[in-house]
Amino acid sequence: MSVETERSSTESSAASGLDFEDTALTLRLPGSLAAAAAPDPDRKRSSPSSSDAADAADNSSPLAAAADAPPAPKARVVGWPPVRSFRKNALAAKFVKVAVDGAPYLRKVDLEAYSGYDQLLRALQDKFFSHFTIRKFADDERKLVDAVNGTEYVPTYEDKDGDWMLVGDVPWKMFVETCQRLRLMKSSEAVNLAPRAAQ
Amino acid sequence: MTYFPEEVVEHIFSFLPAQRDRNTVSLVCKVWYEIERLSRRGVFVGNCYAVRAGRVAARFPNVRALTVKGKPHFADFNLVPPDWGGYAGPWIEAAARGCHGLEELRMKRMVVSDESLELLARSFPRFRALVLISCEGFSTDGLAAVASHCKLLRELDLQENEVEDRGPRWLSCFPDSCTSLVSLNFACIKGEVNAGSLERLVSRSPNLRSLRLNRSVSVDTLAKILLRTPNLEDLGTGNLTDDFQTESYFKLTSALEKCKMLRSLSGFWDASPVCLSFIYPLCAQLTGLNLSYAPTLDASDLTKMISRCVKLQRLWVLDCISDKGLQVVASSCKDLQELRVFPSDFYVAGYSAVTEEGLVAVSLGCPKLNSLLYFCHQMTNAALVTVAKNCPNFTRFRLCILEPGKPDVVTSQPLDEGFGAIVRECKGLQRLSISGLLTDKVFMYIGKYAKQLEMLSIAFAGDSDKGMMHVMNGCKNLRKLEIRDSPFGDAALLGNFARYETMRSLWMSSCNVTLKGCQVLASKMPMLNVEVINERDGSNEMEENHGDLPKVEKLYVYRTTAGARDDAPNFVKIL
Repeated sequence: MSVETERSSTESSAASGLDFEDTALTLRLPGSLAAAAAPDPDRKRSSPSSSDAADAADNSSPLAAAADAPPAPKARVVGWPPVRSFRKNALAAKFVKVAVDGAPYLRKVDLEAYSGYDQLLRALQDKFFSHFTIRKFADDERKLVDAVNGTEYVPTYEDKDGDWMLVGDVPWKMFVETCQRLRLMKSSEAVNLAPRAAQ
Repeated sequence: MTYFPEEVVEHIFSFLPAQRDRNTVSLVCKVWYEIERLSRRGVFVGNCYAVRAGRVAARFPNVRALTVKGKPHFADFNLVPPDWGGYAGPWIEAAARGCHGLEELRMKRMVVSDESLELLARSFPRFRALVLISCEGFSTDGLAAVASHCKLLRELDLQENEVEDRGPRWLSCFPDSCTSLVSLNFACIKGEVNAGSLERLVSRSPNLRSLRLNRSVSVDTLAKILLRTPNLEDLGTGNLTDDFQTESYFKLTSALEKCKMLRSLSGFWDASPVCLSFIYPLCAQLTGLNLSYAPTLDASDLTKMISRCVKLQRLWVLDCISDKGLQVVASSCKDLQELRVFPSDFYVAGYSAVTEEGLVAVSLGCPKLNSLLYFCHQMTNAALVTVAKNCPNFTRFRLCILEPGKPDVVTSQPLDEGFGAIVRECKGLQRLSISGLLTDKVFMYIGKYAKQLEMLSIAFAGDSDKGMMHVMNGCKNLRKLEIRDSPFGDAALLGNFARYETMRSLWMSSCNVTLKGCQVLASKMPMLNVEVINERDGSNEMEENHGDLPKVEKLYVYRTTAGARDDAPNFVKIL
């Protein structure tokens, strides 16, 4: 077999970070993955001949039709383009700075290394601020609490527009894409931030 | 000459540094064989399964520098299953048993365990150089062992390895007595390193010429380090973000000014465009520049910098430089010999900001260009003909049009004539990768003209067995042939099977070769290992082919004196 399509929406969007399946408005039922497996070509940057040529690419390999995945307009070929996986991984990493109110130093985390908010917060706690504990509240809001002096910190982030938002207010993948930097803000100062979840 | 005393013959042999010449003299007679093997200092093994490690160690007990390569080249692109093989263990164990004088070990695409690195660190008292390229399987613990025990270490060069990070401890393991470092490259290690340990290590290494830092090293630390390395020629910068105040950058500039010997720069991770202006003063002296890990820099940042690099010979860059940026390269870098343009976005299928225009511009402005790796959006035959005329000195020409099977974007014709021009004009061509829409005609040209070609990569090309046979019959110097997704079958595979004994290896994946064809090859050529790699189970295979002979998913053929290897996983069948 020569051509393998991405088998799950998770894989493809984790890779591209650009397919906001979670947030895109569609007319399909929630969780109907078949539609998600074939990303809308219009959402990608298009070149004049891209769709024709993608068809040509499919035709050029005789076994493509035998692939058991549903035919996708942009079937991604394993190992193509021939770029070392090391290079791909290195360029995929997304480092953002983490500031803690009152701390004199910054740290960095690679958002691509985590699969969700819980993992990120755990990592912040483990790696950087071992005297912090995570406290979850009833409305699923998360805070980090300094076990030594009891200060509460709210994880916040700056998005692409330069606005400071509460961590957790958008789906994880969208967060990874838009987050420019993180700040653990003292609870007392975070009251004026954008209200959680305009959902 | 046989009546000379052995010492004299050995002395004469010492003027033959080339492996090939050494191999030749060892074939003359038994006496020469003995003298040669006992005096051999450098051994190169291009395929770790072509010969047994123990055999090499026994034949060359006085080897000083050993180089071993493991997995096939296509492993770089995930075409070789993860547990396929290529283990370093047997080689390091064999050397530890029989070659105590080993000083240098270089490995590429091999699986190296921490235990092996530990054994290496303790077995060779004069060990000086460890170079690992695209290797995996070890962690910073293994490096800690090397740092701790190899007291004479001059070179630790880790290029694009997958290293498990177990914290920053390893770098502090270099003992205070270690003052011999000439080259240190840990750019591929993901985790943080201790700035203090790094500074101390660098400051007690007066001979340091090459230092490539990883992404965790800050501008501040870099500035401090550079004050201690006045002789540095090659620098990997660490990250160049604007975490800190511009004060750090000013420190960096004044530190860089002291590095009069600096010729080559790489790194630039997360580089803030602001930082580049602090590097401008250096640009005029640079011959090498690697900006291919700097997606944060856009075309204008890149060109402002590159336009100052008038002595540049080697440039690696991302395709965000765009065609216009490449025109700046063409007008500024008159000495350019090697250019690599990598894709910056792997996820937008087939799109790149560079096209045939950028390549033509560079070929026109940089007549010394001899090595190319170019990922682009589109290409034309006319452009390739022009490039071939402008730069007949290419020895390496690798062109990847991102969309498989894409024709000449102007005429919609195959790119046969364009690549034909490349092989016809570039008489010294040794390495070639082709892409785009290609018929058997391009292989006719390659077979006819590419007489010096040693390595050929083919993807999504050709239309019948004839294509591959042109290459097998024509390219007399071919050593490595790798093919994917091309319609070559048993007739092509078996057409000139005697050739495989003169070649290092053949890789074919997703072609039309059948198990039967592979069996025939294996039975005719007992000196070959014919490896059939099928990751999926056989029943699916039969269904998909509707009664035809089952096709082989992946085929890897190589000559060997070692017979079938015993470490093959169950999805590898050696016929």
